[in-house]
Amino acid sequence: MRALRGGAKALLFQLGLPAVLIGLWWLLAARSTNFYYPTLDEILSAFRETWFSDRFVDDILPSLGRLLAGYLGAVVIGVGLGVLLGSRRRLRALLEPVLEFFRAVPPPVLIPVLMLFSGIGDTMKIVVIITGAVWPVLLNTVEGVRAIDDVLADTARCYGLAGPARLRRLVLPAASPQIVAGMRQALSISIILMVIGEMFASSSGLGFAIVQFQRSFAIPEMWSGILLLGLLGFGLSLLFGLFESRVLRWHRGLRQSQRGEK
Amino acid sequence: MSTQQRSGAGRPAAPPPVAARPPDPPAAPAAEPAVPRAGGLRSWLGSLPDAVFGVLGVLLFAGLLEALPRVGVVSADYLPPFSDMIGALAEEAGESAFWTALLDTLRGWAYGLAIASALGVLLGLLIGSFDLLRRITASTIEFLRPIPSVALIPLAVLVYGTGLESTLLLVVYAALWPVLLQTLAGVRDVDPVARDTAASYGFTPWARLRYVVWPTALPYLMTGLRLSASVALILAVSSELIIGSPGLGSEIARAQSSNAVARMYALVLVTGALGVCVNVLARVLERRVLSWHTSVRTEAAT
Repeated sequence: MRALRGGAKALLFQLGLPAVLIGLWWLLAARSTNFYYPTLDEILSAFRETWFSDRFVDDILPSLGRLLAGYLGAVVIGVGLGVLLGSRRRLRALLEPVLEFFRAVPPPVLIPVLMLFSGIGDTMKIVVIITGAVWPVLLNTVEGVRAIDDVLADTARCYGLAGPARLRRLVLPAASPQIVAGMRQALSISIILMVIGEMFASSSGLGFAIVQFQRSFAIPEMWSGILLLGLLGFGLSLLFGLFESRVLRWHRGLRQSQRGEK
Repeated sequence: MSTQQRSGAGRPAAPPPVAARPPDPPAAPAAEPAVPRAGGLRSWLGSLPDAVFGVLGVLLFAGLLEALPRVGVVSADYLPPFSDMIGALAEEAGESAFWTALLDTLRGWAYGLAIASALGVLLGLLIGSFDLLRRITASTIEFLRPIPSVALIPLAVLVYGTGLESTLLLVVYAALWPVLLQTLAGVRDVDPVARDTAASYGFTPWARLRYVVWPTALPYLMTGLRLSASVALILAVSSELIIGSPGLGSEIARAQSSNAVARMYALVLVTGALGVCVNVLARVLERRVLSWHTSVRTEAAT
């Protein structure tokens, strides 16, 4: 009984404020006659009509495809280069200022530049995502590889661990907490760049669709697009949380035992 | 020094790095002159400080940018030689429109960051201080945080048009989360012993906030501020690029649509330099504010 009450209480804490906020939105919007703020009912029905139709194939899937390709590209390049730079001190010293500069360039300004090279096709959008999202992964990987425990590294050397085996058994696991932290940052940057790339120049995709709605004053549809992007961001961050807890389960256990907790 | 020794040990034949220089010439006329010379060059390179390498890297990169279009690997229509970019940059620097755009971007960035960090710190301290508030708001924050701020672009355009307010809306929304979450984490990290001690000495709530919570949360807060500073710049520039509110972003879009390629690259270089400045400033500020903190002190000692 007490457990049940505790569960209900936790659920209330989880859902209480969102319910209140949505209720408030519904109430306020229902009264408003403002053109820009449609009622929640209108937005929801626009959501159903807009996104569960052709647009699912025409806009959502291409967007997700670009996002996935760009994100994975950024992770692969970031981890690969990061391992290389992290283990070669001179190379790192050579490239650090240049990389520091590239990291500091706000990635959206690269969209016009990349348009020159690859037009406005999928390649451009994927490259934009990669060029923006690679930095957190790269820099975190470098830090992670540099911070490998000396004792671990020496032990690995004693056991003759080298080459790919060293990479797989020592370097990547040791750096993985940092790599995953970088991947999390990269994910939100990827979503932003996917949308911006499509808003700036595109003929399909979520960003394109939303801007089109806004320009044609299809307000409920526009709101439904904002809602969809929000849900997408939230869903992907949930998925990432699952991934993180799987990959770093050992790490969490280690941290807890180091802190002397159970 | 240790790395030099290690790199020397990798090649058993090579003598100690510094001594390797003089015996090099006599060895050079031997059957394979390339091998000893490469070794000598390497060990000479190995004795240089890291900063020299950094400068070398920048020079190499600039040289590459200059050479690629000149040789014809990349068309100069896409990638003008580096000297052209610098020329365009110098030209820009003479125009008042450029400085106005730079100021506009900086203004959007600074106002947005100021609002976001003030809001983030206040909310963070408030929510963090009361367990009940923290539990009630947790799910809402977790839902709102991952919403990409660019999703608000159409809304900003409809409501505020293309003025500074649209930029501010986006910048504030994006820059709020790092500060807020870091402040929350910082408040949570307060040492229970310190908190109980303060309570038993009868600290007022204000004094507790000032002398117990604030010093603990400050390092976290500075990290959040640093993250927010670069996020705010990204959003300021992108909102100018997409919405067309005045600033460097819209100048870049204009240069691109009028095919002024060198000018566009020059402006991209400026945004990059701006980003570097923001990062450096944030780091300096962090070290300054946290000069009393153990992490900074030990860093300075080693």
